[in-house]
Amino acid sequence: MAITPNPYKTTGFLGWIDDRFPLTKMWKDHLSEYYAPKNFNFFYYFGSLALLVLVNQLLTGIFLTMNYKPGAETAFDSVEYIMRDVPWGNVIRYMHSTGASAFFVVVFLHMFRGLIYGSAKKPRELIWVFGSLIFLVLMAEAFCGYVLPWGNMSYWGASVIINLFGTIPFIGPDLVTWIQGDFVPSDATLNRLFSLHVIALPFVLVGLVFAHILALHEVGSNNPDGVEIKKHKDPVTHIPLDGIPFHPYYTVKDLVGVSGFLIIFCAVIFFIPDGGGYFLEAPNFTPASQLNTPEHIAPAWYFGSFYGMLRATPSAFGTQIWGVLVMGAAVVILFFLPWLDKSPVKSIRYKGPITKAAVTIFAINFVLLNYFGLQKPSPTVTVISQIGTIIYFAFFLLMPWYTKIDKTKPVPERVTE
Amino acid sequence: MSNEGVDGSRRRFLTTATSVVGAVGAAAVVWPFLASLKPSAKAKALGAPVIADITTLEPGMRATYLWRGQPMWIVRRTPEMLDGLKKVEPDLLDPNSTNTSQQPAYAKNEFRAIKPEFMVMKGVCTHLGCSPTLRTDHPAPDIIANWQGGFYCPCHGSKFDLAGRVYKGVPAPSNIVVPPHRYETDKIIVIGEDPKDDGTAKAA
Repeated sequence: MAITPNPYKTTGFLGWIDDRFPLTKMWKDHLSEYYAPKNFNFFYYFGSLALLVLVNQLLTGIFLTMNYKPGAETAFDSVEYIMRDVPWGNVIRYMHSTGASAFFVVVFLHMFRGLIYGSAKKPRELIWVFGSLIFLVLMAEAFCGYVLPWGNMSYWGASVIINLFGTIPFIGPDLVTWIQGDFVPSDATLNRLFSLHVIALPFVLVGLVFAHILALHEVGSNNPDGVEIKKHKDPVTHIPLDGIPFHPYYTVKDLVGVSGFLIIFCAVIFFIPDGGGYFLEAPNFTPASQLNTPEHIAPAWYFGSFYGMLRATPSAFGTQIWGVLVMGAAVVILFFLPWLDKSPVKSIRYKGPITKAAVTIFAINFVLLNYFGLQKPSPTVTVISQIGTIIYFAFFLLMPWYTKIDKTKPVPERVTE
Repeated sequence: MSNEGVDGSRRRFLTTATSVVGAVGAAAVVWPFLASLKPSAKAKALGAPVIADITTLEPGMRATYLWRGQPMWIVRRTPEMLDGLKKVEPDLLDPNSTNTSQQPAYAKNEFRAIKPEFMVMKGVCTHLGCSPTLRTDHPAPDIIANWQGGFYCPCHGSKFDLAGRVYKGVPAPSNIVVPPHRYETDKIIVIGEDPKDDGTAKAA
């Protein structure tokens, strides 16, 4: 079937565009006639906020790149130049560093919403898969970005993480040298991570976000009750009875979310830009030194849980690859969520006590895992992290069982607000 | 959703008010980004005026200085060179420097200088930016009849006299630029600052 241009038969200048580009069609399909459930709650702010933070990172990143000089000899000083000499450079830099942390806060809450309301379940599995890919790429992007100031934590963090690849049998050490472009992280490493951070990964990220939203719109949004609003449509207009057009209702409502977010965001960039030592870590205010490792190597706060799981896994058979595999599996297992949840019911509101307890324990456990992953290693910290790792995986691996046996409540036909 | 009548004027007011505040907010956000493109403190420092000591500049010779990344020439003109300036006026495009964007007001005279003996000028052809060659020799029939000395640009053949004034019939459209400059003493020229006339030096 061929595409017919200008299906809405607009005229004038708009008609000229529509004859050649599906502008009005896109506006209607994705905004003014995209019918979203009317019962979106607070948790539904985080998707649009994630988009906002992405735009922030791209914009501030573009302007930082105008003055940043990649290269082991010049990077650190160029960041100080931006902070001190470039008009408003300090503000742009803080927007970027705070935005990086804000991205993870928003994305974690966004994923949590998906978890509790069953947004990963059929027919939305692919949305969840794209989202998991976005999470993975985001972690890579954040890692690359963190190396760029070439502070001491940039250097040693890069060293630690790239050395994870060294645990792969046989090819490990050569692989590390190949990734670094040198025998240790150096100018070569910094320049290629700059390229990844500024061009390669942003393109991939934007493409994935595009696919994520497209997949969502193809199926239609889920909602806190897990009710499929497309089941009950108006017989004449075919509009879902519980649906409201995204524009103007959610465009305007999301502005409220944006305002609240910006209040907090601006409070941070103008009053506590280093985030109490968590958004800009102290060791990174000194240049990279191959001779002096910081007292305590910790990754950025948002990597805490995964780093904790990595550290907690003991080596065996003379290799430490198990920790790497565990950390990798912790991310990869997210991809499988749509097929692990065997509950007949989508939303946690209609699930039974086992699932509710599991989700609560999972959330608290994740936060604790994150906290302990950032602490100095010790036998106690290791044991706690090991327990936390087991709980983390148990949540997923036991899910096919406990979601099936759990009691469920009857799901209403229509949304409950 | 309510089925009651929509208060159109209230809706209009709220939308307009929000849009206005939003526009102000957007401008406030855009401003720092655009401002960050202005010269940084370091660039401004590097663009500071240049001190030229002309004590050892011989008559008929030229000294070169770098200011804001561009060559600045100081040519010490002999009396013969100054006489020659009048002789070439019929051949010049803008002998009276009526194009005021090419020199500061205090250089808008027949010598295009504060002191006739010293010509301070940018060493850049006003056509496409090449650096002209100084040709003090005369006559020079290979350049033009009645050549009294001046600058010949090898790139596209533009010709200027020893006051940087452009000849007729060449690609260059205007006289060579005279930068802001002032005499700190008889022997020190500061390129990049206008003369103090009211006790304060103005940076260019």
